[in-house]
Amino acid sequence: MIAATMPTQRPSDARLLVVDASGHVSHRARVELAEVLRPGDLVVANDAATIPASLSGRHDRSGRPIEIRLAARRSVDARDPSRFRAVLFGEGDFRTPTEQRPLPPEVRIGDHLTLGSLAATITALDHPRLVDVAFDGTAAHVWEGIAREGRPIQYAHVPTPLRLWDVWTPIAGPPVALEPPSAGFVLDFRTLGALHARGIAVHTLTHAAGLSSTGDPALDAMFPLDEPYEIPAATAVAIHRARREHRRVIAIGTTVVRALESSARAHGRVRPGPGLASLRIGPRTDLRVVDAIVSGTHERGTSHHALLSAFTDDATLARADEALEGARYRTHEFGDSCLVERRLAEIALAV
Amino acid sequence: MDRLGVVHAGAMHRALVEDTEARMGMHESRGSLRGLRVVVTGGTAGLGRALVTELSQRGAQVGLVARRRELVERVEREVPGVVGVVGDVGSKDDIHPIALQLTGRLGAVDVLIHNASSLGPVPLRPLADTDCEDLERALAVNVVGPFRLTKALLGALVGSASRGVGALVVSITSDAAVNAYGGWGAYGASKAALAHLSAIWEAELGKDGIHFVSIDPGDMDTELHALAIPDADRASLKRPETSATQIADRIATELHAHADRREENAS
Repeated sequence: MIAATMPTQRPSDARLLVVDASGHVSHRARVELAEVLRPGDLVVANDAATIPASLSGRHDRSGRPIEIRLAARRSVDARDPSRFRAVLFGEGDFRTPTEQRPLPPEVRIGDHLTLGSLAATITALDHPRLVDVAFDGTAAHVWEGIAREGRPIQYAHVPTPLRLWDVWTPIAGPPVALEPPSAGFVLDFRTLGALHARGIAVHTLTHAAGLSSTGDPALDAMFPLDEPYEIPAATAVAIHRARREHRRVIAIGTTVVRALESSARAHGRVRPGPGLASLRIGPRTDLRVVDAIVSGTHERGTSHHALLSAFTDDATLARADEALEGARYRTHEFGDSCLVERRLAEIALAV
Repeated sequence: MDRLGVVHAGAMHRALVEDTEARMGMHESRGSLRGLRVVVTGGTAGLGRALVTELSQRGAQVGLVARRRELVERVEREVPGVVGVVGDVGSKDDIHPIALQLTGRLGAVDVLIHNASSLGPVPLRPLADTDCEDLERALAVNVVGPFRLTKALLGALVGSASRGVGALVVSITSDAAVNAYGGWGAYGASKAALAHLSAIWEAELGKDGIHFVSIDPGDMDTELHALAIPDADRASLKRPETSATQIADRIATELHAHADRREENAS
């Protein structure tokens, strides 16, 4: 695959690799998503807007430059912007690949950071670079500082600085994600209209997607961190009804899978209200709610790729990887997409 | 007995109404907006300022957007609970930071009122004497800014509509958008565009429960009006508070009407 280097959410030539329930792989245009799905399907998307979660400044005690990337929120209530888990980086910015970034200055609990107009205190250390921070001042002051001086978290494969409009999905509402729920880039209002016209309902949940990658293998092994989410009552009801009527639940993105499956695991069924997604989804995860996922294309070895193995077997995923490589799909958040249906071979054989 | 019964029922009803009014405040008995998150652009002067007070008194949580920090902070002091955001809706770079602060601090946005306006060149002048830059500025504040802010807050409005709260975008227009008054070219043309955008938004998204209306508040005794017509007879002008009351009534009516229609459709 090749990296998608332009921050275009919906390139007109975007493609969709479809991996169906029998393991068959086909190529479609992504604008045809509504036709690829079936009448009666229930689509669930993440409506979180993305906070510009990269803040640069100075570590007061050493005087050295520091970048912090907000990595996880404590709750899904947007009105509390003061406390985050965060990952520290040394001098430089997104133009340097994360694995080549200089280490941040050594920090201790109680150290102060000056980040533009914002001031923050380190309140806990889980790892020399994974910390809890608390911003000083009122919610109004913190939101204004983040809004004016924060930059969207980005990685070196996109060379131009991202703006908020590059990373907010068309349905972005509550600003609680720290990286964009980018599978949702596919859902423009034309597509929403086409889904509706085909008898495919769309519901949302809010999942505070966290930092995805740090470039440090020891840290990355701890990811994804626990992520708060909230499932609206109407979404839970629509899911129960769909399952009862043997209609499929289609998740737009890994965050939706994580929220729905975490809720079903914690409560026996998807329950409305807030929760904390701690479930790591991989080959041995027994999916209870989601029948198919629309996702970006991901390279083997990433946690997003591992999540796809909950949907289909290794041989099928290997064929999908070959198809992505062979047809030169674009990868990363502004790249092409795939639809992976949960493998039903065993059931088909049993019947 | 019947007669007594009726009198008794009437007294009961009056007691209930009085009790409700006492609990909710007199204003709420007509057109309560309790619990709604309402954003007003240009909320520090004229109609916008009157709207902030009127909407707050009706129980809404109000967010306001204006350019001058000292005025925003003054309104925050004067009307407790108001969320003030400093920004220029006519500036592309300000829109997402404004939207982020509004949704972050209010938690959601149910009603958005595009009230901030630019008159264009002041004093007013004929189109032949209007600089292109003055027209561009009027379009930026009165048309493109509201379009951008609507787009940036659309996901929040979709969320309100799907929660059943209802979502409404109000554009403040003018009779200058309908009639061709000499000297009002930049303002009138931009307000006509704003009203037409609003109508097309409604045609496209009304069926999804996100509604768009344009309201002409009439000629009011405001700073904007004084800039346009310095020698106007102020006694003949409407008080902005009167227009604010009418607009708040209209918002309540629109939201209730659409909620009733949703219930009919559901049953």
